[in-house]
Amino acid sequence: MGALQSLPDEFEYRDLSEKTGFSFEQIGILHKRFKQLSHNEDTLRRDDLNTIPDLSCNPIRTQIIEAFFDKRNFHQNGEGTVQEISFEEFLVVMSHFRPPALDMTEEQREIIRREKLRFLFNMHDTDNDGTITLEEYRHVVEELLSRSGALGKETAKGIADAAMLEVASISMGHMEPDEFYEGITFEHFLKILKDIEIETRMNIRFLNMDTTNLCK
Amino acid sequence: MPAFSCAFPGCRRDLLVIVLVVFVGIGLPIEASAPAYQSHGTEGSYLTNVTNTKKAFPVLAVNYKHVRQPFEIALWILLALLMKLGFHLIPRLSGVVPESCLLIVVGLLVGGLIKVIGEEPPVLDSQLFFLCLLPPIILDAGYFLPIRPFTENVGTILVFAVIGTLWNTFFMGGLLYALCQIESVGLGGVDLLACLLFGSIVSAVDPVAVLAVFEEIHINELVHILVFGESLLNDAVTVVLYNLFEEFAKVGTVTVLDVFLGVVCFFVVSLGGVLVGAIYGFLAAFTSRFTSHTRVIEPLFVFLYSYMAYLSSEMFHLSGIMALIVCGVVMRPYVEANISHKSYTTIKYFLKMWSSVSETLIFIFLGVSTVAGPHAWNWTFVITTVILCLVSRVLGVIGLTFIINKFRIVKLTKKDQFIVAYGGLRGAIAFSLGYLLSNRHQMRNLFLTAIITVIFFTVFVQGMTIRPLVELLAVKKKKESKPSINEEIHTEFLNHLLTGVEGVCGHYGHYHWKEKLNRFNKTYVKRWLIAGENFKEPELIAFYRKMELKQAIMMVESGQLPSALPSTISMQNIQPRAIPRVSKKREEEIRRILRSNLQNNKQKMRSRSYSRHTLFDADEEDNVSEVRLRKTKMEMERRMSHYLTVPANRESPRPGVRRVRFESDNQVFSADSVPTVHFEQPSPPSTPDAVSLEEEVPKRPSLEADIEGPRGNASDNHQGELDYQRLARCLSDPGPNKDKEEDDPFMSC
Repeated sequence: MGALQSLPDEFEYRDLSEKTGFSFEQIGILHKRFKQLSHNEDTLRRDDLNTIPDLSCNPIRTQIIEAFFDKRNFHQNGEGTVQEISFEEFLVVMSHFRPPALDMTEEQREIIRREKLRFLFNMHDTDNDGTITLEEYRHVVEELLSRSGALGKETAKGIADAAMLEVASISMGHMEPDEFYEGITFEHFLKILKDIEIETRMNIRFLNMDTTNLCK
Repeated sequence: MPAFSCAFPGCRRDLLVIVLVVFVGIGLPIEASAPAYQSHGTEGSYLTNVTNTKKAFPVLAVNYKHVRQPFEIALWILLALLMKLGFHLIPRLSGVVPESCLLIVVGLLVGGLIKVIGEEPPVLDSQLFFLCLLPPIILDAGYFLPIRPFTENVGTILVFAVIGTLWNTFFMGGLLYALCQIESVGLGGVDLLACLLFGSIVSAVDPVAVLAVFEEIHINELVHILVFGESLLNDAVTVVLYNLFEEFAKVGTVTVLDVFLGVVCFFVVSLGGVLVGAIYGFLAAFTSRFTSHTRVIEPLFVFLYSYMAYLSSEMFHLSGIMALIVCGVVMRPYVEANISHKSYTTIKYFLKMWSSVSETLIFIFLGVSTVAGPHAWNWTFVITTVILCLVSRVLGVIGLTFIINKFRIVKLTKKDQFIVAYGGLRGAIAFSLGYLLSNRHQMRNLFLTAIITVIFFTVFVQGMTIRPLVELLAVKKKKESKPSINEEIHTEFLNHLLTGVEGVCGHYGHYHWKEKLNRFNKTYVKRWLIAGENFKEPELIAFYRKMELKQAIMMVESGQLPSALPSTISMQNIQPRAIPRVSKKREEEIRRILRSNLQNNKQKMRSRSYSRHTLFDADEEDNVSEVRLRKTKMEMERRMSHYLTVPANRESPRPGVRRVRFESDNQVFSADSVPTVHFEQPSPPSTPDAVSLEEEVPKRPSLEADIEGPRGNASDNHQGELDYQRLARCLSDPGPNKDKEEDDPFMSC
């Protein structure tokens, strides 16, 4: 996919389509957007995403942008972050927001649910140690509330603490007073969010274009 | 008569006696209304006394005419409520038969009884129905409408409401007309327009019936909101079609222009209704901004503005139901941010109460009207109507779902479709509309009979069987889940995430517009409609506070810290720091401090005078606070570890120091002051790395109770103070926020 290409290359798209599950049409549209964001280059950098005006008033903007550059989301068992990403990696990150098809079995839906929750988990677990510690969780809540007024860190701290307590109560049940709850592991995370039905909520319609309906 | 024929325990028998007395009570006054020698009013009686020969002064006299109307109304309502009471005393019955069926049966009985006495049973007067009985139910539904599922499914709901109703009308009207053309039926005089008019009346799903039945089966949120939303929104279609066909039937012919005007009329009616509702909603929200000094009348504003919205739109023949719904939906977030907690509770209870009474009365009157009304029975017509109702509903739902599923992310399964189709009940609105038909239509009686039959069929057969069917088909039920702070955090997180990713995609989708609306709402609208600084508060915090308040209340009521799962986990497990354990001696000291402080406070509370403008009840608060004290102490023991140590640069006043210290006496009400452990006012923090969880005391300059100052404590000997602060907060009135008590019982206003 060189920058000089002006026509979508069916062959390469087929590869991507198999990997991510998007249709050719969707890949084409996303490719156009990728080119627009990266100013017709092959790779996308953080600054390119930083300049998107719609993101400027989003409280968790940093985390969203980081998620695009997080190797853990590239499904290649990598770790750490990169400075720039190719279209393929962009597409893989986007594929986390595809809705499940109607004819999926329960196991397939479970897999998709895990995948999406893994994405969220990675967003919270910034130091990549497999658990969301209290500090990280506090950071999450602070960011969430950062745009919403001057209530300060104490409120966020209180909320994060209560949330952590809830997770610990649900996951661990009983703990001795001197035991220490390290942090939210991925399994605990799954447990507390199992009622949210994430596979139906974490979707973007745009990526669900298996009909002729195209919302622009 | 299933309700009374079996053997029953003594209390039920007593109730029956009461009920019979009530029946007789209704019968007697009606008989006694024959003109008696008593005249209307005391002046009249003096006159007759003067002109006639002098009688003995009537020591005891009966003047029924004077009180007749209110008396009968009250009696009816009492009857309805006693019936409702009675049903719930028979557990087996209320589990099998939905309440609406039982009430209709009671109505039939009462109607029969009245007829036996020889009087004319009252018919469900359409004006009474539309102006008095229907609005409370709709307002209750609209005010407490679950917004998120409604807006997520609004497209589907609109399709069902508009296109589904249109389909039903034309399908039924057309086929019935075809039926009438058949010679053997003997209904040759019915023309197409009359049939279409009939179709429009009987095809609309009724919100009252749906509410009554669905409330008892606890189906999952999606199906519930689909059927319920459809029943609310199809009012516009029904109004337009009804008026349209009435006009056409008068004239007799239809032109293309008329059809076009009909379509325009539909948009005017629905959008006009929405507009009227929105205007009144904003007016109500704006008014509630200024009610901080007269809290007692706050609920009245909500009710009256909504009722005015309904009446105004009915005046213009717009859709009153939609106006009412929109009014409730629009005003709710702002009003709730402004009114006190007591007003909120009042509104909730009054709405539930009125809608409950209305519903009961409607069903009873349906039964009575069945006995009373003129009937014209035609087997073929009526049976065909019932069958066609079912068939057209099923076909409509299947067909529309097929189309809708192409546009939905969460598709409707076959089970969902079945419940949506089966739950399309008809009710009193259809009957009232039929009753409104002028006598000009020679088929009026036939139509009425058919309508009543359809209603009975849907309410009895479908209403009774839907619950076992739901069980049989294992349809997903409503999830009874506790509000979880994690879910709330992640819901909000997801919203922002999806908005962000939509931004990255360059796609202006669902989340983008929702975010824009939220921002507009926050920057402009809330500023105008919410009093004080409350409009800055984000949802997450409001949710968190609500949860804490609920926990506190539950703790008071149930006597222990509520937790779905018994766990011994406390903050110490999360955040281990060197937490000094409290010795027994210290605990006793703290208890003593708390008790003595509470005594002082109680004395002060009793000396306040009772004023009409506050609902503060000193004695009640005392009891509650006593209980709270006990529970708080228990909770305190559990939460000891919440209080963390404080950096040394804080001042730590002695236990003996009891001065009121307020950070900012003139601070505006801000997002704070709720009985939690975890909050802090947004005043400049005294230490940048404050780790302690502390509380702030709201501004109560005249509160002379011994409250410790907000700063500088987290060591153990001030835990009592902290808890006492929390207690004081429970006792005092924090101010205008959605979980607040009433204002200023302590302040001399």
